[in-house]
Amino acid sequence: MTATEAREEATVGFGRRIRKEDARFLRGRGLYIDDVKLPGMLYGAVLRSPHAHARIVSIDTSAAEAHPKVKAVITGALLDSLKLAWIPSLSHDVVAVLATDKVRFQGQEVAFVVAEDRYAARDALALIDVDYDVLPAVVDATKALDPDTPVIRDDIDGKTDNHIFDWEAGDAAATDAAFEQAEVVVTQDVLYPRVHPAPLETCGAVADMDKVTGKLTIWCNTQAPHAHRTLYAIVAGLPEQKIRVISPDIGGGFGNKVGIYPGYVLAVVGSIVTGKPVKWVEDRAENLMSTSFARDYHMRGEIAATRDGRILGVRVNVLADHGAFNNTAQPTKFPAGFFHVFTGSYDYPAAHCTVKGVYTNKAPGGVAYACSFRVTEAVYLVERIVDCLADELDMDPAELRMKNLLRPEQFPYLSPTGWEYDSGDYPKTLRTAMDLAGYPELRAEQAEKRARGELMGIGVSFFTETVGAGPRKHMDILGLGMADGAEVRIHPTGKAVVRLSVQTQGQGHETTFAQIVSEVTGIPSDDIEVVHGDTDNTPFGLGTYGSRSTPVSGAAVAVAARRVVDKAKIIAGAMLEASPDDLEWNRGTFSIKGDPAVAKTIQEVALAAHGPLELPEGVEGHLDAQCVYDPPNLTYPYGAYIAVVDVDAGTGVVKVRRFIAVDDCGPRINPMIVEGQIHGGLADGIGMALMEVIAFDEDGNCLGGSFMDYQLPTALECPSWELGETVTPSPHHPLGAKGVGESATVGSPAAVVNAVMDALKPFGVRHVDMPLTSAQVWRAMHGRPFRTDLAITD
Amino acid sequence: MQIPAPFDYARARSVDEAIALLEEHGEEARLVAGGHSLLPMMKLGLATPEMLIDINDLTDLTRIRVDGDVLRIGAMARHADLLSSAVVGEQYRMLHEAERVIADPVVRNRGTVGGSLCHADPAEDLSAALGALRAECVVRGSGGERVVPLRELVTGPYETVLQPAEILTEVRIPIRPGAGSAYLKVERRAGDWAVASAGAVVWLDGETISEVGIGLAAVGAPHSVAAATEDAVRGRQADDETIDLAGEGAAAECRPTTDQRGPADYKRALTGELTRRALRTAIARCRGQEA
Amino acid sequence: MQVQMTVNDQPVTREIEPRLLLVHFLRDELGLTGTHWGCDTSNCGVCVVSMDGVPVKSCTVLAAMADGRTVRTVEGLERDGELDPVQQGFMNEHGLQCGFCTPGMMITARALLDESPDPTPAEIREAISGQLCRCTGYENIVRAIRWAATHPRPAAAETSEAVSS
Repeated sequence: MTATEAREEATVGFGRRIRKEDARFLRGRGLYIDDVKLPGMLYGAVLRSPHAHARIVSIDTSAAEAHPKVKAVITGALLDSLKLAWIPSLSHDVVAVLATDKVRFQGQEVAFVVAEDRYAARDALALIDVDYDVLPAVVDATKALDPDTPVIRDDIDGKTDNHIFDWEAGDAAATDAAFEQAEVVVTQDVLYPRVHPAPLETCGAVADMDKVTGKLTIWCNTQAPHAHRTLYAIVAGLPEQKIRVISPDIGGGFGNKVGIYPGYVLAVVGSIVTGKPVKWVEDRAENLMSTSFARDYHMRGEIAATRDGRILGVRVNVLADHGAFNNTAQPTKFPAGFFHVFTGSYDYPAAHCTVKGVYTNKAPGGVAYACSFRVTEAVYLVERIVDCLADELDMDPAELRMKNLLRPEQFPYLSPTGWEYDSGDYPKTLRTAMDLAGYPELRAEQAEKRARGELMGIGVSFFTETVGAGPRKHMDILGLGMADGAEVRIHPTGKAVVRLSVQTQGQGHETTFAQIVSEVTGIPSDDIEVVHGDTDNTPFGLGTYGSRSTPVSGAAVAVAARRVVDKAKIIAGAMLEASPDDLEWNRGTFSIKGDPAVAKTIQEVALAAHGPLELPEGVEGHLDAQCVYDPPNLTYPYGAYIAVVDVDAGTGVVKVRRFIAVDDCGPRINPMIVEGQIHGGLADGIGMALMEVIAFDEDGNCLGGSFMDYQLPTALECPSWELGETVTPSPHHPLGAKGVGESATVGSPAAVVNAVMDALKPFGVRHVDMPLTSAQVWRAMHGRPFRTDLAITD
Repeated sequence: MQIPAPFDYARARSVDEAIALLEEHGEEARLVAGGHSLLPMMKLGLATPEMLIDINDLTDLTRIRVDGDVLRIGAMARHADLLSSAVVGEQYRMLHEAERVIADPVVRNRGTVGGSLCHADPAEDLSAALGALRAECVVRGSGGERVVPLRELVTGPYETVLQPAEILTEVRIPIRPGAGSAYLKVERRAGDWAVASAGAVVWLDGETISEVGIGLAAVGAPHSVAAATEDAVRGRQADDETIDLAGEGAAAECRPTTDQRGPADYKRALTGELTRRALRTAIARCRGQEA
Repeated sequence: MQVQMTVNDQPVTREIEPRLLLVHFLRDELGLTGTHWGCDTSNCGVCVVSMDGVPVKSCTVLAAMADGRTVRTVEGLERDGELDPVQQGFMNEHGLQCGFCTPGMMITARALLDESPDPTPAEIREAISGQLCRCTGYENIVRAIRWAATHPRPAAAETSEAVSS
């Protein structure tokens, strides 16, 4: 028996279980998008713009069309005639599928080739001749609204600038008043640079339009297959019942695989034009340069407090760089996502934020990379300025947080910007993290090292997440409500199948959802099959992102499973000739109260439900149930993180020595999977804090277009993570579970940055923007840090 | 994934055959050894040879051995072979320290000594380490063999003195007992090219530095060495003042460029710092003081 | 041109273009899709296979260069349907989530353990430092390889067939 094998527990289903999906991955039998091979399949490749901003003068595809292996070449002109050159974006803008008039970011799609094999398709790209008239590029977001800046979106009638939207939340007057009265006000500009989710598997699709049946099958590694199907129906005018979207195994999503990319639409068009299946899978450069980036928020944070460290108010003004098209995936009512949860984990009455969105000549996107709809930005901002306040007050940052954390008796807590946090015991979680870390000993060690001129830093981050979108009346994406469905069916032989609308990308749904059904029905996990990813076989839902699978689909599954057990009870009563009220339920068996020997298992009930047993009035046969779960609220997982770093004073190199993470996501369905999710997110924090950035030079050239340029952490940059937990159930979720998939990515960057700033205290450094490469750290020590969103200059 | 443009392929079964193939196909032919510098460039369209001559069968070029007072390293020795060679580690610790930070363990299974030197990437670490050691390169063409000091091999980024039909067959490092050496690199993450690297090898005569080699990678030092600094340091006492002088000299001699790895002023300062540390450690090892 | 090589103990012969990359040869020609690709610059390592006993990035090896050589992919790790201790370790210690980097990680792990049967966590991290993972934060990959180190395959009985590596 190994440590992680199933063990006897009070619960039936919950607990550390080996994952069911592992067998195929370990044996090389996963089915990822590039493994999909259909008879007669052709390969597509996209020609992309080398310029960030240019008029298209002409496109000559004749040489490409003459290539013996090329079957079709598609340009914007052809799409225009099909009214497909532009499609709606996820944020009520439009996105070009292929550029017609202008290219608006380096890497934008210009033409599409379909050929017999992948090598020929790429060869043919070199045969297409595009004549560009290069225009000045708008790269610096802080200058995007300056007068005389080129207008990027001249495709929009009457557009005379690069402004997208203005949005605000909170109470400006109350916040102004709080600031006026404050003894201490700290202001800090904080950039969350453009980064990229960079899953190891790139985005791709295989489109197969069957002209005979009229059925369009799209294999696509999307996190949201149902949403895609509906959008294709709306955009392409195809009847929705004739569209099938199949999401196979996904090699990582992280929010990169949510939207419909031009390449998918082009594959569909290619299939329609050639009459054959067409596969399009992007390469890494395309992934980094054109698919949904994350963050790029220029934030000015202000915090007001008393001299003894009581926070009175927080104010934030954000400039949001959305790239060339507004294509951020978040609920319609919230153009800045959930950024207004920036008030964080602290108790104070006044807060206000403004967010201004602008266009630049860069790839579109912004909501991705485990951001929980901009919660990453919000948490980073508040945790940075709380540390800046601690610096101003010369107060220990953990002590300052403890003084201001919300108390358990305040929950459910209505925040100054309208969020109702469901539950939490924040001080306990912070104390747990500090105990695990040995906080006083770390501070003692730091003092000792500082005396010797050695730079050691301790950084704290306390975050509150808001996930599990969301209640339908508040949350929709393009008019599709964010409720999710689940179906549970028990077969005559007592085995079960559960069909989900969410889609796993490594989170272990095939295991955890079986565990939920097992927990509720008593049927062993091994007897439960989880079906997901195919729109023909699963109920409708908006997919997996924003950590919503457990809070929403997990709830739907739990409710559906409960309905099954409720129905089974009635049938058991009929079998035992007793009233259901006289029955007891214990881990899969109904027995007569007081006479446990007289019992029926749920498996026996399932067989009877399919048989000739006479059922009570109003009760139908078979044993299944469904649920479309409309979450009453979001859930609020939270945590306390502590990072310990050592900074080499001579070189600026940062080494993360330890990382302590205490998460509270309510009850853990599978602790092994929860821990794995946290480990992965913590590595993201190191990556973003120390090395990840997509910067641009003044011509709009993307400087992060390969894994040589876009640096990701290896096993050598990551310490051995030290995890702890506290458990505060969500009062409104059927299982009390809150979701955890993005928590670590949300909470960790601030811990690392806070730690480095702490290490640099002797140099009087209060804040420096990520990524804190050795160059940036050294320059900070010498009083001259540089902007990280633009090319580094002398 | 991006893919190379079409090309022809031939396998050489001997050095002479490789030379003959190079002569036959001219400037459009390239040798491919490990391929982990050339193939990535070909995939990105930055190199488009029409013929690749695979020299991975030239196993007689893989030997690493001591021959009298010369450490001989065959040009086809893989980076991994150098790293695991006890003989190499015994002679010059800096070679192990340099190999350990070249690319990553899997790439090192394929990349070769000869390939790295001849590809001549400006950030290439082995050139700096071998340059500090004043290695020599044995080059063979149809006209015979010649020996080129490593410090004269590279003439610019991706350019060497090798003629189109010449092949590097061996690197020879003079062995002089009593050396202490060290190699240090700063990179953004494991496996990346250097922001700056410095390697130092030193011999002491009492307290005097009788000979010294200082190699610098990725900072535009001509031939990846700090020759003027070596001259300034040679003959001085092996003390803090000399170490500081070496750091200042290396910082002054290098010509770093600003890029996304860092601004030039940082790279210059870093070069000085790494040179000081490498020399300090080399001296300590020379004295048998440091593990 | 024609190439001949041994892949997972089976001889294969195919007609190919010289520029065909080994990763595409394995995936598209031989249908061994367990080996993946993920970048353009030889950084990510999801393409790692074993060639002549040594892990290599198959996206940076031409199929032509593998002519005459022995290649092992993830599909060849198991023996007679029985998982290699490395595979078992990854399962037991949750060393994989999306599974995309896993084949390459396991190939490198197998090679490491063959050479160094009891590696420290630091040595393991160094051995896999040329391969990225976006899901696991590496901790459980290290634990998985440690599990395999402490649960090696029992030594084959003398009467069993020797299996080439």
